[in-house]
Amino acid sequence: MQVVSIDNETAVCEIDGVRREASLMMVDGVGVGDFVLIHAGFAIEKLDEADAQETLRLFRELLDQGVVPE
Amino acid sequence: MRYTAEFRNPEVAQKLLESIRAAVAGYAGTMTLMEVCGTHTMAIYQHGIRSLLPESIRLISGPGCPVCVTPVDYVDHAVALARRPGTIIATFGDMVRVPGSSSSLLHEKARGADVRVVYSPLDAVALAQKNAEQAVVFLGVGFETTAPTIAGSIIEAKRRGVGNYFVLGAHKTIPGPMAILADDPELKVDGYLCPAHVSAIIGAEAYEPLARDHQVPCVVTGFEPLDMLQGVAMLARQVVAGEAKVEIQYSRIVKREGNAKARAILYEVFEPCDARWRGIGVIPGSGLGIREAYAAFDAARQLPVVVEKPREHQGCLCGEILKGKVTPKECPLFRTACTPEKPVGACMVSSEGTCAAEYKYGT
Repeated sequence: MQVVSIDNETAVCEIDGVRREASLMMVDGVGVGDFVLIHAGFAIEKLDEADAQETLRLFRELLDQGVVPE
Repeated sequence: MRYTAEFRNPEVAQKLLESIRAAVAGYAGTMTLMEVCGTHTMAIYQHGIRSLLPESIRLISGPGCPVCVTPVDYVDHAVALARRPGTIIATFGDMVRVPGSSSSLLHEKARGADVRVVYSPLDAVALAQKNAEQAVVFLGVGFETTAPTIAGSIIEAKRRGVGNYFVLGAHKTIPGPMAILADDPELKVDGYLCPAHVSAIIGAEAYEPLARDHQVPCVVTGFEPLDMLQGVAMLARQVVAGEAKVEIQYSRIVKREGNAKARAILYEVFEPCDARWRGIGVIPGSGLGIREAYAAFDAARQLPVVVEKPREHQGCLCGEILKGKVTPKECPLFRTACTPEKPVGACMVSSEGTCAAEYKYGT
């Protein structure tokens, strides 16, 4: 889910128009606009957008070249 | 960009399937790949992944459903607490319908017990604040993903001075049973698809002993369809090459070192203890008990109740299913005596249970 606002240690996060509060007790350095993984009312990890993009780039390569990435 | 739909592209899925077929092309025999995460179990069925894979890859489900691996005496303990006057039971939804030896929380609720389903343990802390005259007991069941959230709720209850919030804990840690099943000659696990969210907390490093000492390749895998196919491809390549490394497919969330802050919260409140797993038995050090410093929040210590003698249900094969030795269809009770409406075993109840998944999506 994507963080839309932060008040102290609590973030409001949203996906597909659904909003949930999540405690930020377990993650450092989360800002508005970041994607976080939420479990039972707690953000447990911040999504690494660079890594996500890298995986998606490999997928695109697979489509474009028909090559199996190693 | 939402980082969900992008990982469900069917054209990429076809390409990944090609790469899996290419990886196992020269492989003689069948490789057994085990996942140990309830969300993986569900995703495999939901996306029909088994039917897409080459015949030389056998994908099995292990003890990845926390509710399912929780032995019956825990349910009996929760039932006894539900019967205790002045007690509110707060729980994630899955536990409510799990059959105990002679009752269930749902049955107790129908008989007047106060059983509430909550989304977060923090909701249970708030419930305790609103009902200061009653004892609120949260059922702490789950692996390393859930345990820090329960620990966080206890720390928060302490901070807010809430004296009527208690946890009945049955938390477990997953690497222990993975090591035991890796050495099971009957099972012959060739590789592990390691859980996504558990690994976010414990880190991919936690599987190094498994790969090194038990020679089982491990790939930490996400649970979108493309994640799972890529994870299978990575694992299949290792099996074919005779390697046993720890790799991370789900790199956008899981790091080698995991989430140290979440682990600090977890181990602030909990300490390792021996734990009994349905189907496997006692595994030393595979459970998490509440530390002495937080004993005031431990329902087992603070709210003594008489718990009935545990009795497993005759004919239920949950234990064998959790080890991956039996598939739901091989259980004589499946779809006959045991259905989601009238479950006999926990594997049919939980939304992460193998039997529930087979019932819902299987053919």
